Amino acid sequence: MTLDAKVPAGPIEKKWDQHRFEMKLVNPANKRKYNVIVVGSGLAGGAAAATLAQLGYNVKCFCYQDSPRRAHSIAAQGGINAAKNYQNDGDSIYRLFYDTVKGGDFRAREANVYRLAQISVNIIDQCVAQGVPFAREYGGTLDNRSFGGAQVSRTFYARGQTGQQLLLGAYQALEKQIGLGKVQMYSRHEMLELVMIDGRARGIVVRDMVTGKIESHVADDVILATGGYGNAFYLATYAKGCNATAIWRAYKKGAYFANPCYTQIHPTCIPVTGDHQSKLTLMSESLRNDGRIWVPKKKGDTRPPDQIPEDERDYYLERRYPAFGNLVPRDIASRAAKQVSDEGRGVGPTGLGVYLDFSDAIKRLGQPVIAEKYGNLFDMYERITDENPYKVPMRIWPAIHYTMGGLWVDYNLMSTIPGLHVLGEANFSDHGANRLGASALMQGLADGYFVIPYTIGDYLASSSLPKVGTDHPAFKEAEASVDGRVKKLLAINGTRTVDSFHRELGKILWEYCGMARTAEGLKTALEKIPALREEFWKSVRVLGDGASLNQSLEKAGRVADFLELGELICRDALERNESCGGHFRLEYQTPEGEARRDDEHFTHVAAWQYTGDGQAPTRHQEPLAFEYVHPSQRSYK
Amino acid sequence: MRLTLNVWRQKDRKSEGRFVTYDAPDISPDMSFLEMLDVVNERLIGKGEDPIAFDHDCREGICGTCGMVINGAPHGPRRATTACQLHMRSFKDGDTITIEPWRATAFPVLRDLVVDRSAFDRIIAAGGFITAPTGSAPDGNAILVPKPDADHSMDAAACIGCGACVAACPNASAMLFTSAKAAHLGLLPQGQPERDERALKMVAQMDAEGFGSCTNHFECEAACPKEISVEWIARLYRDYMKATLTRPADTGRGEGGVG
Repeated sequence: MTLDAKVPAGPIEKKWDQHRFEMKLVNPANKRKYNVIVVGSGLAGGAAAATLAQLGYNVKCFCYQDSPRRAHSIAAQGGINAAKNYQNDGDSIYRLFYDTVKGGDFRAREANVYRLAQISVNIIDQCVAQGVPFAREYGGTLDNRSFGGAQVSRTFYARGQTGQQLLLGAYQALEKQIGLGKVQMYSRHEMLELVMIDGRARGIVVRDMVTGKIESHVADDVILATGGYGNAFYLATYAKGCNATAIWRAYKKGAYFANPCYTQIHPTCIPVTGDHQSKLTLMSESLRNDGRIWVPKKKGDTRPPDQIPEDERDYYLERRYPAFGNLVPRDIASRAAKQVSDEGRGVGPTGLGVYLDFSDAIKRLGQPVIAEKYGNLFDMYERITDENPYKVPMRIWPAIHYTMGGLWVDYNLMSTIPGLHVLGEANFSDHGANRLGASALMQGLADGYFVIPYTIGDYLASSSLPKVGTDHPAFKEAEASVDGRVKKLLAINGTRTVDSFHRELGKILWEYCGMARTAEGLKTALEKIPALREEFWKSVRVLGDGASLNQSLEKAGRVADFLELGELICRDALERNESCGGHFRLEYQTPEGEARRDDEHFTHVAAWQYTGDGQAPTRHQEPLAFEYVHPSQRSYK
Repeated sequence: MRLTLNVWRQKDRKSEGRFVTYDAPDISPDMSFLEMLDVVNERLIGKGEDPIAFDHDCREGICGTCGMVINGAPHGPRRATTACQLHMRSFKDGDTITIEPWRATAFPVLRDLVVDRSAFDRIIAAGGFITAPTGSAPDGNAILVPKPDADHSMDAAACIGCGACVAACPNASAMLFTSAKAAHLGLLPQGQPERDERALKMVAQMDAEGFGSCTNHFECEAACPKEISVEWIARLYRDYMKATLTRPADTGRGEGGVG
């Protein structure tokens, strides 16, 4: 199958306008005849569900949390990018487009990124109108700050809780539609199967997580906005419940999975303290605006930071990347931290840490200014580590934070399954091999508010969708398969807990497919993961029953899917014989230790097709063309 | 550390619950409270006993999913801290810790420490929003917002909807939650057109859900992990009074919650 991205013809700045004109419309009176399922209620799913309901579609929205307001978009701290150029500092749609393509290490689809930059300005307007309390200047205008990978200030923020405030905006719009009866909300429901009829996505099977009841839901279009798959690594900045089950079920029904090896490691997280660690906590990238990152120049220097004199400190990012300094993109900052730690210059009890020091900024601006900008982050750091970052430098270390890979989608955000659209982090579309800070919120909201409302109409208006019911054999079959899987997990009654398997999978992935990867290591992982999966199905212990609230059972289903997805991540990393963005293969680096791409052989999206359990998936390619931003060795010097 | 836990166990909404005592040895002071429960659960599974069900998700204190009453205090002893951000260094070796779910008529227990807080969603659905259809917005800088207003709005908007305020209140009132939302939106120019209706409708829904009245105990503010101020409650009283005086009651207003 050739992968047709359906990118419209014409100059890049005209593509989206022209496409919007050419797409078919569903007239207002007909919209209420269509049923749409949205799985996930974060920025992408919440925005889509609210907007589609406003347009008149009948929407059913599903989330595993107890309320749509709790989706993990809420944890995004730093901000959202938009090419408003309110600061008059040289920003433009073209510059945001350029920065994002370059930041993604020339592995993103240009047309999608340009559209994202265009829409970014509408997003800010929309959010302000909803009552998002963005930070303001004294004159009442919107404030901005700068973020990694950019030399302009284009990031809008609401203290350190931008994701929370944007999500509450989408959630409140969604609740309004729920109140009006245009959206039926199913909280504490987990999608466990995608149902296809005549080659199209026509519904889902879910489990009611309170009663255990397995239910079918029919629709004319299914939208997955279920977030990323970084929890495959166990220790990550994701919420504990984040999972890949929805996209993995879709993959197994024929949706291609694109670039699974593009995982983002965020440089500023709180270091691990012990085996009990259940997750990692991010400290916003915005801290790098005022914090300076350093380690001792000497190896094994165990003096407390305040006793290391200035000339014995190595501000390695400022030294290596003078133009961007502490604000280099995430992949570069993470790798640099690993390098100094590998040299024996890491700090803290484990040596797996570097300092993020605010003493200069506090001297320059005063503690109250720093507290106003970052107070909640400093408080959080202190609660977790019992150290006061106003007095002692923070210790930070990279952690899995985001996945740029995801289900393959075309320009209309439709997967390779007709009628299955994928939004937000769950798709692969806009960030290439590395996402810039403050761009995830932008993409989630762009997809949900401003892309899918147009493209779904085109699909519905141009498709023949005969009426089907949940009594269709495809639904009965899917229900039986879900029920069978639940029963199978409960019947094993082995000796090991679900978490013990998840931790072990995470260790394999982090060691062999984390910040630095090699062909040899990836081959080892590809032997270890199937063996672990086999053991899981033999000796996992899931207590309780399927007919009640059973958190072990929920976790078991998700970990079973991670055990399959983990293998695909490693397989993709092994096949991509180059380094780019978050994918760093030790064999492919420049003499200075930077990522070395192989544009001749790898300027493409790798999209994997499921071919059956125990069989190697097929790797397809979508060639990428860079007509506007010409690939170069990414330099932040 | 070695701890003794008294944990509320309840099979489902209809079953009766009871406290069960567990011995919890080898607990590290660096663990979060929820990581301590993870460890206890792993051991229970090892012994073939059902693990303790509790709600949690982000474990960063922002999603508002976690919530349990720890030694009589919602989210436990540390001020301005959710249960997921509470660390075991806040306890002493040998302590006995009592862990219960939120207790409120409007928050029925689903299992063990897990409660149903969908009543909060229905309060928002009733009026906790600004109507702004996608695509209709003017430029973000077209309406200036004085910085102090934006800051105060953000103070109120920081609510995570965890329900600790209800759990702490002797009347199980939801006034802190409801008033914080009314203040978040009502402090901004964009929130003015629907301000009266918002107050009337949210209060009516709050009453319909079975939350009690506010009688100024202010336990809510003390328990709130985000330090939401009770000053918003006074503000909602004013909004509500003004709305009842200036608007005919076509919105099914309730009286109880603002008593």
